[in-house]
Amino acid sequence: MTATAQRPTRSSAAAARVSPPAPRRRKKRLLGPTLRTIAIVVVVLLFVLPLGWMLMAAFKTNLDIVTPSRTFDFTPTLDNFGTVFGAQNFAPFIVNSVVVGVGATIVALVLGVPAAYGIARYRIRNATAFVLLARVIPGVSLLIPWYFLFSQVQLVGTYTALILTHIFVTMPLVVAIMAGFFEGLPEELEEAAQIDGSSRVGAFVRVVLPLALPGVATSAILAFIFSWNNFLFALVLSNQETRTLPVAISNFTSYASVDWGGLMAASVIITVPVMLVALFAQRYVVAGLTAGATKG
Amino acid sequence: MTTTSHPSYLAPKRRRGSGLTTWADRHIKWLFTAPAIVFVALLIIFPIAYTVFLSFTDSASSVTRPFSFVGFENYGKWLGDFERFWPAVGRTAYFTITALVIELVLGLAIALLLRKTFRGQSIVRVFILLPLVATPVAVGMMWLLIFEPSIGFANVLMKSLGLPAQLWLSGTDTALNTIVFIDVWQWTPMVILILLAGLSTLPEEPDEAARVDGANAWQRFRHITLPLLMPTLAAAAILRSIDAMKTFDIIYATKGRTGGSNNEAETLNMLAYNESFGNSQYGSAAALLMLFLMFIIIILTALTILRSKGHRA
Repeated sequence: MTATAQRPTRSSAAAARVSPPAPRRRKKRLLGPTLRTIAIVVVVLLFVLPLGWMLMAAFKTNLDIVTPSRTFDFTPTLDNFGTVFGAQNFAPFIVNSVVVGVGATIVALVLGVPAAYGIARYRIRNATAFVLLARVIPGVSLLIPWYFLFSQVQLVGTYTALILTHIFVTMPLVVAIMAGFFEGLPEELEEAAQIDGSSRVGAFVRVVLPLALPGVATSAILAFIFSWNNFLFALVLSNQETRTLPVAISNFTSYASVDWGGLMAASVIITVPVMLVALFAQRYVVAGLTAGATKG
Repeated sequence: MTTTSHPSYLAPKRRRGSGLTTWADRHIKWLFTAPAIVFVALLIIFPIAYTVFLSFTDSASSVTRPFSFVGFENYGKWLGDFERFWPAVGRTAYFTITALVIELVLGLAIALLLRKTFRGQSIVRVFILLPLVATPVAVGMMWLLIFEPSIGFANVLMKSLGLPAQLWLSGTDTALNTIVFIDVWQWTPMVILILLAGLSTLPEEPDEAARVDGANAWQRFRHITLPLLMPTLAAAAILRSIDAMKTFDIIYATKGRTGGSNNEAETLNMLAYNESFGNSQYGSAAALLMLFLMFIIIILTALTILRSKGHRA
């Protein structure tokens, strides 16, 4: 408030001091925003056009895809989606991805949210090292022992193995986002609850957790997206029945000739849900993705 | 910290109730963190230890096949391998550095472009978010079509600009650079978002003061914004380099398990995957992963040292 009130006087003083370039400045004022708008449009197009390309190809026949003159001038068809759900039988893979994603997210929340609270309130410094560790370790170096272990107990190809391994992806996210979130909540809230006779655990459940719901939502959304997108673990640990979407898509190219339309339809099926989620939960997703980084 | 600041008569009155509640309250710190710690120990610490162990054995072909100790033989094999190992080291370093530099420069430029509020800002941020959340394997497939030499849009564009058509992902010389491009497309948004978050926390006064003193836009960026933004930039660089070194999905999706027929896109992570789950050479793959981990740690240490130097300067 005070800053905005002061600004006019300050800038007019500045204008008085550096008076000569006034005419040039006016021209710049017109040119600057236009250039900036053009630059912003170009940037947006660079990021969005490839996705639009994929979306268009998903609704084209393979003949239209290979004909440059029909880039925009084509009759949309749902045939590719027919192939994906028919011949390629994608429906079970969608179910698999949802089951694994939801499972890994729930377990990560149950384990990660209280842990994040403990880390934030009792300042367990080494815990952040674990989050970093999870990011640094190459996934394959965990996959080899996991594969040995799960083979011994006949878990290779089961949902259990997939969910357990996907928690490696989801839990660090939950812990990182929630620890930051809890640090931002004033401790006085729990103290007030405790003075009113609540236990510490009770204060956490009844006072802190409801306030932390936006954070929980953020971490849940991001955890699910990261599990949904994960490819490496399911590539090794899933079988024909438990195969997740990314693995199913990677199998598309192993045929002699690529069915581009089908491949793009499958890619649309896997990317559009996460993009819609990102669209509606934009604020939370951005906050979650940048949470760890800005803290250093 | 603040709990001790209350006068004693305000001290929390515990419900006498069950002994369990009191016990839970007293041990809340460990009660809350122990399950996660146990899980991490079981699924991360123990497996890493087992990988270290396997790296000194000749474990291969089947997980049930008995194996014997071979000492540093696996390590020696890789360090003397100029066919696959050292080229993979070179490609990993090249890929990481190239992608990182482009993403930081581009990310910084775009973040500055989007910094000041404008109409439609929120929708622009959503658009930028899209590549970031898109499934990497599907992103790989999408670019596979766009870069397809005979039917892809990339060569249509090249021809319309009067430039020679390229082999892109199918070319031995161009594949790795094309994958760098894909990585830049997908992950520059991450840098942008981190830098925008960093920029929003910068104080406005130094910039205003410099403007009053007649500093031009470049001078203000070079001497005020950039130094203030350095810690955020360093954090983004570290995050991105960790992920870039381990890039797997888009390489697998576009070039397959061996990184192309001439291994032209085979990075250390790809080589480790192929050695373990393609060739079933678990002991040898474990040794490779240890070397890879050392490689990652060396780069991270270098970046951290650079960062602390930047802080002092």
